[in-house]
Amino acid sequence: MPSDEPLLEIAGLSSHYGPVCAIRAVDLTLHTGELVALVGGNGAGKTTLLHTLSGLHPASSGRIRFAGQDITRWPSHRIVAAGICQVPEGRQVFAPLSVADNLRLGAYRQRRDQPWVHQQLDRVYALFPILHERREQLAGTLSGGQQQMLAIGRALLSRPRLLLLDEPSMGLAPLLVEEIFRVIQQLNAQGVTLLLVEQNARAALAIAQRGAILETGCIVKTAPATDLLADDAVRRAYLGY
Amino acid sequence: MRLAGFFALAAGVIALPVLFPNNYFVIVVGIAAGLHVILAVGLNLLMGYAGQISLGHAAFFGIGAYASAILTTRYAWPALLALAAGLVVAGVIAWLLARPILRLRGHYLAMATLGFGVIAHVIMVQATHWTGGPDGLTGIPPLNFLGWSVNNDLHGYGVVAAAMLLAIWLSLNIVDSRVGRALRALRGSEFAAQMLGIDTSRAKTQVFVASALFAAFAGSLFAHQQGFVSPDSFNLTVSVELVTMVVLGGLASTYGAACGAIALTLLHQGLVVFEDYEMLIHGALLMAVMIFLPQGLFVGLSQAARWAWRTARGMTP
Repeated sequence: MPSDEPLLEIAGLSSHYGPVCAIRAVDLTLHTGELVALVGGNGAGKTTLLHTLSGLHPASSGRIRFAGQDITRWPSHRIVAAGICQVPEGRQVFAPLSVADNLRLGAYRQRRDQPWVHQQLDRVYALFPILHERREQLAGTLSGGQQQMLAIGRALLSRPRLLLLDEPSMGLAPLLVEEIFRVIQQLNAQGVTLLLVEQNARAALAIAQRGAILETGCIVKTAPATDLLADDAVRRAYLGY
Repeated sequence: MRLAGFFALAAGVIALPVLFPNNYFVIVVGIAAGLHVILAVGLNLLMGYAGQISLGHAAFFGIGAYASAILTTRYAWPALLALAAGLVVAGVIAWLLARPILRLRGHYLAMATLGFGVIAHVIMVQATHWTGGPDGLTGIPPLNFLGWSVNNDLHGYGVVAAAMLLAIWLSLNIVDSRVGRALRALRGSEFAAQMLGIDTSRAKTQVFVASALFAAFAGSLFAHQQGFVSPDSFNLTVSVELVTMVVLGGLASTYGAACGAIALTLLHQGLVVFEDYEMLIHGALLMAVMIFLPQGLFVGLSQAARWAWRTARGMTP
């Protein structure tokens, strides 16, 4: 259940690509245990927001606080060590490496706690039995859905306190989308805090507690997910009915 | 599989002088091939695994060689100490260069490393007071292990062979380590690697330094083996040859790089009889390999062998 202690506080965050402003003065707060869906059209700045949170893209102004620390200018490897891990758009698994090696890479910053890594590896294999079955196989030979499972599993091995999911349903068959969303919901039920970025707004809002709508770089609305699903303007713009 | 390959190679290395006793040609070519293997295996860590190109790798080869040459001939340092100093110098230079240079990608990285190689070569030619200029330095003493001097070709072969096996063993272990996995990840997608908390610029720096150390090690061995060094051994052509060895053998495979180094060394020796046509045949062969075995000699041929084996087994149930 969501608690009152804010895990992530984004305040007035802006980010540019050269002179082009991709996100403008974004404010967003996530509480421990929450699942928040960030929806918006193509080019709204969803991925840029995630990259800025992960330290992959510099913030031009504003502040990001995570678990009480200002992480705005931290390099990506420190942010991951602090507990934010991003599951990239388009999976980005390491195709020439085995499934097991991909997962081991997820635990790159956890080498001092091998017992935890082994325990977590078992949890990931329990969550996605197909990964265990194919652990010696090269990641590039997996299907799209399995690669998405691998990308999520890999991120779980980084010991995340906050998981950023970028378009996990992209390019997947409807049945697999359902499966992935079921897993996301399950992770959330186990206490993982998640920020879910999706174009598939209906599916994302259906499992999220809150939703935020990003339009041309600005958050135009933040509300409980059920309210957004019922909102006429939101329905017309993002849900298509 | 990993160790089987290693032992097969070690057996071949030992068998060579036994099969061809007192054969000067075999030993000398063997030494050249061994040094090339160390260079190619080191460069492969950078190119094959981390996916970063270096067109100036001969510079590190030269730094090792000149460090050994200058320290032993001018300052009368013991050979092993000079070799160690060569490693330190090459390592420090690589470390200083790595941060600015490895920010670049693709063609820009190629240009920057090319520039570094050219600068190093110019210094070797121009800093006459230190390097002896275009004539180089002579009178470099052979390696000496606690009084055992490496003063004949068979001993030299033994030392280079041992060094080569050490280089291959090190490379296999680096690739299989946590850092090695990070490097392979980096090559796949630097972005995704960063998302998992891999400090990619640090990983690239580490592999660049490691690669430079392999080259400097080979350079020192080369200097002590030859007894003389000159800038011609470390020019742009050599850097390009090294890249060719790695690509020819098969990127991202330690044995592939070793294979490419040996193949190219033998090719040069074998084509000497064609005199004027040597370069022509050389170029044509390289093109043929790249067209028909785009994954490189080692990977391509071992896949073909596996396929042939499966087919043969399938035919005789």
